[in-house]
Amino acid sequence: MDFIVKYIWGAPLMPLAAAGVTALLPRARRRWAAGLAIGSMAFSFLLSLAAFTATLSHAGHAARATLNFRWFDFGASSVQLGFVIDPLSAVMLVMVTFVSLLVFIYSVGYMAHDENFTRFFCFLALFASAMLGLILANSLLLFFMCWELVGLASYLLIGFWYRKPAAAAAAKKAFITTRLGDLGFLLGILLLYARAGTLLFYDAGHGCLEQAAITRLLTQGLMGGLAVSTVISLLIFCGAIGKSGQVPLHVWLPDAMEGPTPVSALIHAATMVAAGVFLVARMYPLMSATLLPGTPSAALQVVTWIGALTAVFGASLAVAQNDIKRILAYSTVSQLGYMMMGLGVGGVAVGMFHLLCHAFFKALLFLGAGSVIHGCAEEQDIRQMGGLSKTMPVTFVAYAIGMLSLSGVPLLFSGFWSKDAILHAARHWPISQTPFLLGLIGAVLTAFYMTRQVSLVFLGATRSEAAGQAHESPLVMTVPLMLLAACSVLAGFVGTPAWPWFDSYLLGENATFDLARFSLDHQLSLMFLSTGLVAGAIGCGAWLYARRRASDPAEINLLIRKFYIDEFYAATVLRLNACFAQLSDWLDRVLWQGVTHALAACVQFLALVDRGADDLLINGGFDRATDLLRAGGGLASRGQNGQIQRYFRVLGFVVAVIAALLIWEVS
Amino acid sequence: MNAPLAQYLIFSALLFTVGFAGALVRRNAILALVGIEIMLNAANLNFIAFWRFGPHPEALTGVMFVIFSIAVAAAEAAVGLALVIAIYRHRRTAQAPQFNSLRG
Repeated sequence: MDFIVKYIWGAPLMPLAAAGVTALLPRARRRWAAGLAIGSMAFSFLLSLAAFTATLSHAGHAARATLNFRWFDFGASSVQLGFVIDPLSAVMLVMVTFVSLLVFIYSVGYMAHDENFTRFFCFLALFASAMLGLILANSLLLFFMCWELVGLASYLLIGFWYRKPAAAAAAKKAFITTRLGDLGFLLGILLLYARAGTLLFYDAGHGCLEQAAITRLLTQGLMGGLAVSTVISLLIFCGAIGKSGQVPLHVWLPDAMEGPTPVSALIHAATMVAAGVFLVARMYPLMSATLLPGTPSAALQVVTWIGALTAVFGASLAVAQNDIKRILAYSTVSQLGYMMMGLGVGGVAVGMFHLLCHAFFKALLFLGAGSVIHGCAEEQDIRQMGGLSKTMPVTFVAYAIGMLSLSGVPLLFSGFWSKDAILHAARHWPISQTPFLLGLIGAVLTAFYMTRQVSLVFLGATRSEAAGQAHESPLVMTVPLMLLAACSVLAGFVGTPAWPWFDSYLLGENATFDLARFSLDHQLSLMFLSTGLVAGAIGCGAWLYARRRASDPAEINLLIRKFYIDEFYAATVLRLNACFAQLSDWLDRVLWQGVTHALAACVQFLALVDRGADDLLINGGFDRATDLLRAGGGLASRGQNGQIQRYFRVLGFVVAVIAALLIWEVS
Repeated sequence: MNAPLAQYLIFSALLFTVGFAGALVRRNAILALVGIEIMLNAANLNFIAFWRFGPHPEALTGVMFVIFSIAVAAAEAAVGLALVIAIYRHRRTAQAPQFNSLRG
């Protein structure tokens, strides 16, 4: 444990080095770029596996190892950074490196025809490095730095095809919207540093997530009627809202689909957007801190409500979309809501389990969608597809597994277990039953829109020329699909109620197998309820879409326009911004320009005076002096005419005068 | 033989005046040099005269002075003639008024 944490910095560093080298490569070195990125990722994956096995062999608090070091000093205090390996970071490490590795390999096929292949892998490696740094960070400061770096990588990759105006706009939108949340995050960090005096998570009893600091923060008095720890938690949660696409800052995530599909799979489905969830899970000791034992803390209540709202909101928007990637994007928004809700109602294990399962099946779905888009000559509209199950069988099977997982089809698929854990926890939430009901509605909608999508894309008759000429993708793309499909199925079995290994692993306990736990707390009845609902939704979807009808009942205007959220923002935030811009423009033109002009006139006048003095006094004086000198020189040189006999005559004359004077003196 | 000192001095003054006039008015540089040599010899004659009528005529100091003076005059004449010849080679003339390249 202590051994591995000393060398774990290699995991983020290797991809960073690969990114640096790739940035310097000429464009034509495609093999080098891909080889470097994939090689460094494979190295990080192996290192992550080593870290993971190290945590497996330790139980309880022994399963946490930290490595802190001083970054710089200012005054008497110093800023410390550090790495931490505990079950939470180890499991994220393995998931992120594994999915990244598969997506990197897949990208070799998907981006094969792109001229900026090397740049793509440079950005991907940069992203992976920042993401791994974020997971391993033992300091909120290091976490924040990596958090901004993944944001930057996301911006670069959404705008990868920057010549397309929509992509450039989407990149800007993503960057600015998440920055809004990060403002709160930064304020939270500052407040935490001011009140706790450290940003290290775990530091042998002195870290900000350890009991002493949390007790201090809880009892430090109130700020606006809330405990200090709650204020900090809520501010930090702002960052998570932005990054994880929660309502109301979800608007950037669907637009981010303008980026290449592997990017959508890796960054905007599996890893980066889950960083917000990971942040909440990491800060859980602080988030859950409350003075009243037995009730959820105020911060967690906010997390739950935001999550539940987002879950339904995203799912209902996904129903009416026609772009294959946008459906998945709204689905991601909705699933991230589930994760937040899981964290709020059930704790770290419930939320993280859904994060893990979702990473696998959503990456699978996105890569499958990429395969479909690749096969159909860049067509993304599901109304133009259909009947692809015959031409793309491997993609179809993999996609179907992803769809069944996401919908929560019982027993075999991971989504069922993770989603049921969330619903079960929500059922027993002491505050309100509304999140539970919202979760059920979301589950029904999820099953419905996924059935709609799969029916329109893979079943029925082909509806366009591009879909008719579709072909199966090369092995470099289908093998990652198969691996992810296998994971989507298998990941579920580590967190069933009978064998809650994942739960125990995060808590540092030993898992036991006990079938009787199914019957506890109405577990079984809830499963039957959700199974029934999902089956109904899938049946309804299949009945509506498997045979093509003239009109699509999901084309509800309110949903197609995304609840007019974008229009609402355009009318409020953007309008306000425009007003400010106009105001400052007016100020610029009238006030500041006037002041500037007056100043300029003053300076010009001074310059004129200066120039006059220069011309008249200094230049004139020198001119006169030199003229005089020259005239004097001319006069003096008149005598020297080169006539040697004239000189002689003068000499004689002078001698005669002197002689005369001497004679006159003597006599 | 028994002429008084004044006669020698008058003769020397005349000789000096003749030399000075020659040096001033001759346009030919060589003849101007000849005038200068005459002025020098007038001064030499003064040396001899003052020595001969001085308090120690047996000491031969005047003759010594004059011999030195003649040697120096010979060297000076050689330099002067060499300058004139050098200028003549460039200018193809020995007329002193045309030697005016040092005019200011």
